[in-house]
Amino acid sequence: MRIGVFICHCGSNIGGTVDCARVAELSRAFPDVVYADDPMYTCAEPGQAAIEAAIHEHRLDGVVVASCTPRMHEPTFRRTVERAGLNRYMFEMANIREHVSWIGKDKEANTNKAAELVLMAVEKLRRNTPLTPKSFDITKKVLIIGGGVAGIQAALDCADGGVPVVLVEREATIGGKMAKLDKTFPTVDCSACILGPKMVDVAQHPNITLYAYAEVEDISGYVGNFSVKIRKKAAYVDWSKCTGCGACTEKCPARKTPDAFNELTGPTTAINIAFPQAIPKKAVINAAHCRQLSKGKCGVCAKVCPTGAIRYDMEDEIVTEEVGSIVAATGYDLMDWTVYSEYGGGKYPDVITSLQYERLLSASGPTGGHILRPSDGREPKSVVFIQCVGSRDKSVGRPYCSGFCCMYTAKQAVLTKDHIPDSQSWVFYMDIRAPGKMYDEFTRRAVEEYGTEYIRGRVSAIYPDGKGQYVVMGVDTLLGQPVEIKADLVVLAVGIEASKGASQLAEKLRISYDQYGFFMESHVKLKPVETNTAGVFLAGVCQGAKDIPASVAQGSAAAAKVLALFARDKLESDPQIAQVDMRRCVNCGKCIRCCPFGAIKEVEMRGEGKAQVIETVCQGCGLCTATCPQGAIQLSHATDNQILAEVNALCQC
Amino acid sequence: MNKVTDISSLRDPAFTAAVQADSGQDVTTCYQCGNCTAGCPASFAYDRQVSQIMRGVQLGLKDEVLNTRSIWMCLSCSTCSLRCPNNIDVAAVMETLRHMARKEGRVTVPKVEKFWFSFLDTVRVFGRTYEIGTMALYMLRSLRIFTDLDLAPEALKKRKLGLIPHAIPRQDVPDDGARAVGRIMQRYRQRALREGVRP
Repeated sequence: MRIGVFICHCGSNIGGTVDCARVAELSRAFPDVVYADDPMYTCAEPGQAAIEAAIHEHRLDGVVVASCTPRMHEPTFRRTVERAGLNRYMFEMANIREHVSWIGKDKEANTNKAAELVLMAVEKLRRNTPLTPKSFDITKKVLIIGGGVAGIQAALDCADGGVPVVLVEREATIGGKMAKLDKTFPTVDCSACILGPKMVDVAQHPNITLYAYAEVEDISGYVGNFSVKIRKKAAYVDWSKCTGCGACTEKCPARKTPDAFNELTGPTTAINIAFPQAIPKKAVINAAHCRQLSKGKCGVCAKVCPTGAIRYDMEDEIVTEEVGSIVAATGYDLMDWTVYSEYGGGKYPDVITSLQYERLLSASGPTGGHILRPSDGREPKSVVFIQCVGSRDKSVGRPYCSGFCCMYTAKQAVLTKDHIPDSQSWVFYMDIRAPGKMYDEFTRRAVEEYGTEYIRGRVSAIYPDGKGQYVVMGVDTLLGQPVEIKADLVVLAVGIEASKGASQLAEKLRISYDQYGFFMESHVKLKPVETNTAGVFLAGVCQGAKDIPASVAQGSAAAAKVLALFARDKLESDPQIAQVDMRRCVNCGKCIRCCPFGAIKEVEMRGEGKAQVIETVCQGCGLCTATCPQGAIQLSHATDNQILAEVNALCQC
Repeated sequence: MNKVTDISSLRDPAFTAAVQADSGQDVTTCYQCGNCTAGCPASFAYDRQVSQIMRGVQLGLKDEVLNTRSIWMCLSCSTCSLRCPNNIDVAAVMETLRHMARKEGRVTVPKVEKFWFSFLDTVRVFGRTYEIGTMALYMLRSLRIFTDLDLAPEALKKRKLGLIPHAIPRQDVPDDGARAVGRIMQRYRQRALREGVRP
């Protein structure tokens, strides 16, 4: 074999603490190495051209590049060697940047370690065999999980691009958190008025199949060919007959049912339509509070329903959809702020969350859009807003910034003045984070035009003064003094967390999530919508805190990724996968049980059971190869012999 | 007020490091939200608020911090530590600052220290607190004869001021417990002398 080695300086990134010329010199003595060089920037055009030239000039049949992490540039260099006529898998990479130059300052030790890593790559490359990817057909249909504004945007863009969309929403209506908002910053335009048309588009688009009040039960398969089980939860109403007339909700006697859509600010009925603009506008029965379903006597809704749509015997239904790609857009939930016992921990009726305040402001909310205190229905004249409740707070395990609270708090202060002109709003803040377009101007308007008093400091405690008001004990750090404010209503800007069940869904999708449940993107900067599972993309707050414009943008970005994926008729599968040596396999079944992708099946061969790898499903993780007691399964491109050769090389250095 | 603090020359990183080492707290995690000040029940008696003292420690302004009255007026109630979103034990930082100030022999509010001595004297002798003894010793030390004397009748009535010292009940040896406490205190007194702190 004739191997060429390229030791990249990466400017001073590697060259600063590794003697690259020396590593190249040492490499020339390694087995089968016929050429070694140390270019300044190997990934740049001249660097790649030099590799191609060396392959031709020195008749190389394998190349090692020692540079950065293969996560970034392995695909780049595989294409380079392929252009020069080599099989793209006759290439190995040694990571001497993240694993050497960035973590050690001792130039001599670094140089030695870099040379050892190069030797390991050379020894592996000597045992490489050319691999050829297989191509397979794809299902050009996309599943979008979550019908908030990000999911809606992704669904509409995919559907407009000609791709059939399956949109699954957990709640009875799409719209997500945005549908609960009264107005949106920084323009103070009506949230339902700008979201409503998009929701209607979803309902009317011929390419979109909407499963509302449904959850993803199970996902199997791989990019291009996912099979998804969707649980349609029992609504106890036949939606094909329900016209959304609302006759049932008017007559339902269970009038103390907690109203989740209104954030529990007021009661609703057991059979309910979330809000007037709901999509789909269909009734759902809350089984826990329905008298017919819990006690067996009532049946009023069935009597009044003009279309006979009520079905008390309805059960959950599982449907299966085949899709080629998935967009997760599961959004967020508020963290459980009742851990703040100093703010009453939920005991004080007039200490509410910002999302509850949105419902009080909204014309479709429980107060018809009048700000009234939950305790006594009085109009509050002094409203205190407290920011960062459950954000940037390590003591409750929430060290991150929730991103949009600064802005909606300013908006709510503005709206408070609009609704109650003789009111005074106070905002306790730590920093005002308003980096978006027209955002800072908006917070200034809240102060300058609407007279909102911003007080820089946190709040230590809230307690009722016994006369119907609450004493807010805070601090003005700019004044350098503790301060107290009497408040009629206290609104907490409660921090966000990943929506309930996000981590379970991540495991079904086989994508990573961080310690707070937010889904991990493939690269923080350069792959913000991709995940590490091919064909699964992210949109909206499920990936990290962001406001409506950013969620919409990411929804569109995810749609672009789906459309790009579906622009091809066939996909290539990575050939670096497991293979079974049939002669050694004893059909113990351990590999089948340990495979996290369901990529190994049992087949019959000459009357004996044998394991077989489904090539397009295998992700090449190597679990089976470590599990197989016979050594019958080998990972192409990382065989036991290759790994042992690398270990040998290292031990003999 | 309003005089310029020359941070570049007054800054003493060794002071910050010493406070961190002695208190076991990482003051760099303080982002000055002020919640310690917001909840502090002694803030009215402070010349610098506790969040400002934390800022002084962060900047290494040793004199600014150790000369405050605040560190002596602190009640050690630990509300600051409880409220801190960054889990800093602010009360431990205040305690550390008092230790440092004493080691350097600067006690901005001597009567607080005198009260402590009076309290500790009774504990050393009786093994437990003896309120009237503490009061009497404090009056002698501070020469504040009539301080809070008006509260005494009410306190007596509510049985908050026992005339007889509390004994540590042990049937076989009546005052063995008190002596044991005395020995503990003697040990610390010797250590303080060794380390050059005013006992």
